[in-house]
Amino acid sequence: MPFRSLSDIQAQLNAGERTAVEVAQLYLDRIKQYNDDLNAFVHIDAEHVLAQAQASDAYRADHEPRPLEGLPIAVKDIFCTQNGPTRCCSNILEGFEAPYDAHVITRLKEAGAVLVGKTNMDEFAMGSSNETSAFGGCKNPWNTDCIPGGSSGGSAVAVAAGLTPAALGTDTGGSIRQPAALTGLVGLKPTYGRISRRGIIAFASSLDQAGPMTRTVKDAALLTSIMSGHDAGDATSVADAPNFDWLTACEAKDMKGLKIGKPKEYFIDGMDEEVRAQVEAALKKCEDMGAEIVDISLPHTEYAVAAYYVIAPSEASTNLSRYDAVRFGHRCDNPEDLEDMYARSRDEGFGDEVKRRILTGTFALSSGYYDAYYLKAQKVRTLISQDFKEAFEKVDVIATPTSPIPAFKSGEKTEDPLTMYLSDIFTIAVNLAGLPGLSQPCGFAQGLPVGLQWIAPAWQEDKILAAASAYENATDWHNQHPKEFGGET
Amino acid sequence: MSWEVVIGLEVHCQINTKTKAFCGCSTEFGAEPNSQTCPVCLGMPGQLPVLNDEAARKTILTGLAINANINLESKFDRKNYFYPDLPKGYQISQFAVPIVEGGYIDIPTKDGEKRLGVTRIHMEEDAGKSMHEGLDAVSHIDLNRSGIPLMEIVSEPDMRSADEAIAYLKQLHQIIKFLGVSGADMEKGQFRCDANVSVRRKGEPLGTRTEMKNMNSFRFIKQAIEFEVLRQIEIIEDGGEVKQESRLWDSVKNESRSMRSKEEAHDYRYFPEPDLPPLRVTQEEVDNIKAGMPELPNQLRKRFETEFGLSAYDADVLTQTQALAQWYEALVAAHPANPKQCANWLANELLGRLKELGKDISESPISAQALASLLDRIADNTISGKIAKDVLDAMMESGKDVDTIIDEKGLKQVSDTGAIDSMIQEVLDANPGQVEAYKGGQDRLFGFFVGQVMKASKGKANPAMVNQRLKELLG
Ligand SMILES: [Zn+2]
Repeated sequence: MPFRSLSDIQAQLNAGERTAVEVAQLYLDRIKQYNDDLNAFVHIDAEHVLAQAQASDAYRADHEPRPLEGLPIAVKDIFCTQNGPTRCCSNILEGFEAPYDAHVITRLKEAGAVLVGKTNMDEFAMGSSNETSAFGGCKNPWNTDCIPGGSSGGSAVAVAAGLTPAALGTDTGGSIRQPAALTGLVGLKPTYGRISRRGIIAFASSLDQAGPMTRTVKDAALLTSIMSGHDAGDATSVADAPNFDWLTACEAKDMKGLKIGKPKEYFIDGMDEEVRAQVEAALKKCEDMGAEIVDISLPHTEYAVAAYYVIAPSEASTNLSRYDAVRFGHRCDNPEDLEDMYARSRDEGFGDEVKRRILTGTFALSSGYYDAYYLKAQKVRTLISQDFKEAFEKVDVIATPTSPIPAFKSGEKTEDPLTMYLSDIFTIAVNLAGLPGLSQPCGFAQGLPVGLQWIAPAWQEDKILAAASAYENATDWHNQHPKEFGGET
Repeated sequence: MSWEVVIGLEVHCQINTKTKAFCGCSTEFGAEPNSQTCPVCLGMPGQLPVLNDEAARKTILTGLAINANINLESKFDRKNYFYPDLPKGYQISQFAVPIVEGGYIDIPTKDGEKRLGVTRIHMEEDAGKSMHEGLDAVSHIDLNRSGIPLMEIVSEPDMRSADEAIAYLKQLHQIIKFLGVSGADMEKGQFRCDANVSVRRKGEPLGTRTEMKNMNSFRFIKQAIEFEVLRQIEIIEDGGEVKQESRLWDSVKNESRSMRSKEEAHDYRYFPEPDLPPLRVTQEEVDNIKAGMPELPNQLRKRFETEFGLSAYDADVLTQTQALAQWYEALVAAHPANPKQCANWLANELLGRLKELGKDISESPISAQALASLLDRIADNTISGKIAKDVLDAMMESGKDVDTIIDEKGLKQVSDTGAIDSMIQEVLDANPGQVEAYKGGQDRLFGFFVGQVMKASKGKANPAMVNQRLKELLG
């Protein structure tokens, strides 16, 4: 049961085999049993969870069930929720309780979901290993010495260890796809503008996008179909976005006629050889299912990481200005004056990685350096978008490894931020171009999950859902679960 | 050696939308502190701005009124600085591509009209307000103003005197009020001005400028500029150098003081606002806005001069506000025979009386229709112009119509020849010496007899008839 997909649980609920309360209780028990080991959740209010489940059962008694009726879903601590704290796993948001739900949370609630709790993350979503959380890192259930990836590490661990059947993450440079890959899950980052960002604490506004982390492709499609849609409260949410039937898109059984681009820049020297072998094998499998593998080039890929680490910190440096201790959050003791209050409160409230990025961004935007850094990075961004555009004239989708390496040991890279930044090397370009990307499990390297990343043109998530569903149908990777946490079923 | 003054002005003008620039909060003035706020204008985590279209429309209208270009695609930027009044730590403004660029305003000078360039108008949001007074060493913050939409109207450095600067500001202020895009109430801070001032010897390159910040009275702006000009000239003549800095005008001490030098100036780190897509408008939308533009003061003045034959002075007085111009037009429509007379009676008589009452035209106790009927009674000889002034007083006081007052007070003009003749006879009988003298050649005494007759009739005798009959009877 703990490793069942949302659709399986939904079928059980619909058949009357279980109640929402029973389902919620089962996961609450598992959270109780395992969370101390894993540190996936940073806030759980069991009473509130059960109350929602009860309300869902009551609703079901009188009405047709809603699309997510009674389904437990955990959310990253970056989503504002009216119930309980929202802290983005930062000390600067000490004591903050949002008086509003994020737009996405409202949609899930309206669809009947039971919100399970807040999951651990890198502070303000800045990190690739979940080691920068003010609440401490969380552990990869496949090997608890290893990191789960970041920044949506808590959501990944919660699903991978069967503490919830699905969770929400956000993806700014790969923060859904990379932890999904490192913990053996499906993670989808939809097209920028498909999902409202309102009520999601901003990291880098032009890159952030929310998305699901699930056991199956169909579950990811189900959740995204609920989360997406225009929100008048977010000017960057697109009003007339092209759409399709999300669940039908997941019914593909083969890949006949599908042209899959294989970019040479994503199969580089220095990547883990086992990871390479697993992804190559996955592509071979796709070929067997009727796909045509086309060698392509995305020539500006090598500049993506550099451009990202200028643009994202620049936006972050100003998005995080509001944490000034004036109106909410942490304030230092006995400030001498206003300047001292700002400086000391922020010094005490922010962790090293956040400070590093605020400083980087402040520098990149400062007068005299703007053209050399920010403007140049924006030009690179345009070139990267053009690369993808040209590639999609030749192919339907692109497939790459999600991460060049499997999960690494905790503490291994924390001393060297620059190598850490390379963990996102295969995911970042997708955010810069605003495209949809999906990671799904495609094997193991050193006993740890390996992710296969699919990339489609903007608004064509249906293409990657179809490809990923067909692959999932033909393989068994998504049914592997970490044994240490009861992964037999 | 003669000095030349160079002045450029930045006006911050509140756009009179019902709701704020990027959220749905009310913009009503004077509410309980922080009662008109929401998570968006408080800069709460995760909250996003959504542009109020009305603010954009009103900025476009203002741009059209000053003959500027409208950028069909403009952009928003973040202007970053820490300040307790600024909840997000940045202000949303337009830096790189403003919505309006390149206009002008013509001002009257003694050498004829002078054209002053307007560089740009951009939209931005206002900050909140700190309150320090009476709070015992702590400051409180009112964020009701946070997020109120503003237009920043930036001029070219085209003004050469404080008087030109004031003429420009008054003209701009009047245009904005005519357009109805802002209350432009200076006391409420809805129309505030920063002045960039420098001096140079004629023919030399621009001198170092200082910026006088945040002034909201024409009188203080003039004083501040004049003070600053003298201060700068004195520094240079003493062999010193003017420092580039921001200065504040102290209207109590009548002097300016340094606020912030260039060295401590902010690096605003402007960059494109990622939460707002570019603002796009179509030419058709701009044309529609233009079609709805009211007649502006300059056009009105010219029309009043040509259509109604008014003097430049009267035309100027009657176009000070849209309400006044409309009142005048209503008056002329009701009494079309003599537009000049209408102008005199409105500008001199009615406005004078309203001023004494501390009211403006919109609060006038009598309507344009009522004043027109008074003018009708002068025209049809029911009353004289002189009596009419008393009637106007009575109308203002009681609100009664002109005919009722004339009836009640028995002010109807006497135009009956018999009655006038007998009044004249009485005057002549009472003043035999003057009659003698007049007949002896002292023509000036004619005025004396007219005066006496008018007095005897309590002003009610028809003056033209009195003149005519006196001449006949005196032979
Ligand atoms: Zn508001």
